[in-house]
Amino acid sequence: MKENLYNYILGIADNCLILGQRLGELCGHGPSLETDIGCTNIALDLLGQVRSYYQYAAQVEGAGKTEDDIAMLRPERGYFNTLLVEQPNTDFAYIMARQFLFDAYHYMFLQELKNSKDETLAAIANKSIKEVSYHLRFSTDWIIRLGDGTEESHERMQAAVNSLWTYTDELFHQTEADKVMISQGVGVETANLKEAYYGKVSEVLEKATLSVPESKYFQKGGKQGIHTEHMGYLLADMQYMQRAYPNMEW
Amino acid sequence: MSEAEIKNLEEAFEARIERDEKIEPKDWMPEKYRQTHIRQMSQHAHSEIIGMLPEGNWISRAPSLRRKVALLAKVQDEGGHGLYLYSATETLGITRDELFEQLHSGKAKYSSIFNYPTLTWADIGAIGWLVDGAAIINQVPLCNTSFGPYARAMVRVCKEESFHQRQGYEIMVKLAKGAPEQKEMAQDALNRWWWPSLMMLGPTDNQSVHTAQSMKWKLKRKTNDELRQQFIDQTVPQAELIGLKVPDENLKWNDAKKGYDFGDIDWDEFWQVVKGHGPCNKERMTARVSAWENGQWVRDAAMAHAEKQAASLQKEVS
Repeated sequence: MKENLYNYILGIADNCLILGQRLGELCGHGPSLETDIGCTNIALDLLGQVRSYYQYAAQVEGAGKTEDDIAMLRPERGYFNTLLVEQPNTDFAYIMARQFLFDAYHYMFLQELKNSKDETLAAIANKSIKEVSYHLRFSTDWIIRLGDGTEESHERMQAAVNSLWTYTDELFHQTEADKVMISQGVGVETANLKEAYYGKVSEVLEKATLSVPESKYFQKGGKQGIHTEHMGYLLADMQYMQRAYPNMEW
Repeated sequence: MSEAEIKNLEEAFEARIERDEKIEPKDWMPEKYRQTHIRQMSQHAHSEIIGMLPEGNWISRAPSLRRKVALLAKVQDEGGHGLYLYSATETLGITRDELFEQLHSGKAKYSSIFNYPTLTWADIGAIGWLVDGAAIINQVPLCNTSFGPYARAMVRVCKEESFHQRQGYEIMVKLAKGAPEQKEMAQDALNRWWWPSLMMLGPTDNQSVHTAQSMKWKLKRKTNDELRQQFIDQTVPQAELIGLKVPDENLKWNDAKKGYDFGDIDWDEFWQVVKGHGPCNKERMTARVSAWENGQWVRDAAMAHAEKQAASLQKEVS
């Protein structure tokens, strides 16, 4: 039970960590001061959520680990985030498409996690959903603005959506830990969210005058710890201090 | 307006400043006052924005989640300072785009300290402690400056800067009390940031071209040398407290002046960096210019979308 719960928490939290890390890379380089500050806000929210999850995971595991041990000292194969969130900051269209495709899922997921039989997870979900509803509004607005902006922004946004679409299906994959947690009323039955997710996403894309990709070829692996080639560099960067100077306090 | 009328206005204006009244954007002001404020306030805003870069360099590598979150929040604060300092400057009749244009073309200056590289995690501590420390000394008097929007912006900026300064010092404390590698990292950062921080308070009084006028308009309340002395007197005991050594062989307490005597500042280095030839001037400008140019299509799209929305709203109304 403990191991499944631990892995289940990591599965949720790793998405927030890796996306927060990606957004953090952007800070100071945004297309305008307002978007720069907005993206940093989202990163801060996600990293705040991560800390709550990892602190809880450390407690569940009971092996004396800290949030930083969990965040920074796992091998790449031990991170369970979806492939979507590790995709690089190719341009602002990719950044917003990645954000929107994740936010739409994240919002629906937390909405359900609020009812988890695990009180701590329910409490984290309750606190986080307010933040995530703002993220979803922010990214939705940008999808519409860029989709229905200029010819160039439309093309860029369509290219980003087409390219990232392949990572959406994995959001609904279930690991063994997920299945056990769902059966115990702790985890969220993501199968029930899939239709609503694609409905919501399609609605926004249509409003943004973008076409909904028809491709049925999807990538998977992140939830099993098998990542894209981007992940190693992200981790090398993120783990650098903890790896170079082990067992120190900062 | 006749010369005599202008002279009357000017006298009334100077008298208001003398009485510590705030000058507001719609009030009459001498053209030189306007231009001086555009120059200084935008320079301040640019420094905040460029200042995001050296610290932003460590967000992805911050050693713990707590430090990562604190650093992100700090750099975000700087973006926020830039935002409202640009807005305050815009009240003087110039647009943010024009101010960016001045920055990107090299016409406008920003604080030279940000042209130094951040090489280790300890540099993030040193910047908070020393650079924000020096900035506060420069900026606290501005909370009472004569131009209302600037003075009000500075109240908030100073509160946040003082938080950043404590945060930076706390990073240094932790390193200085940590493992030998950490202490070495802290000392090395102090060695590299000490002198540029002293330079940050500006050229010596006999070299400073703007001091006299700025004192009159309360853009300055103390001279550069007075501020530098204050910074040194405040910072040296903080270094000693955590067992770090200020890299100045000539640093010595002078009981007669109740302050420290200190060694010569390398002003050639200062002017070299000011003139654009510091270690990272090119990198900083390239980062800003490319963020701006790569963001053009995003800003264009936002504008085009807003216009479409406005047009369809208009259609609905009519």
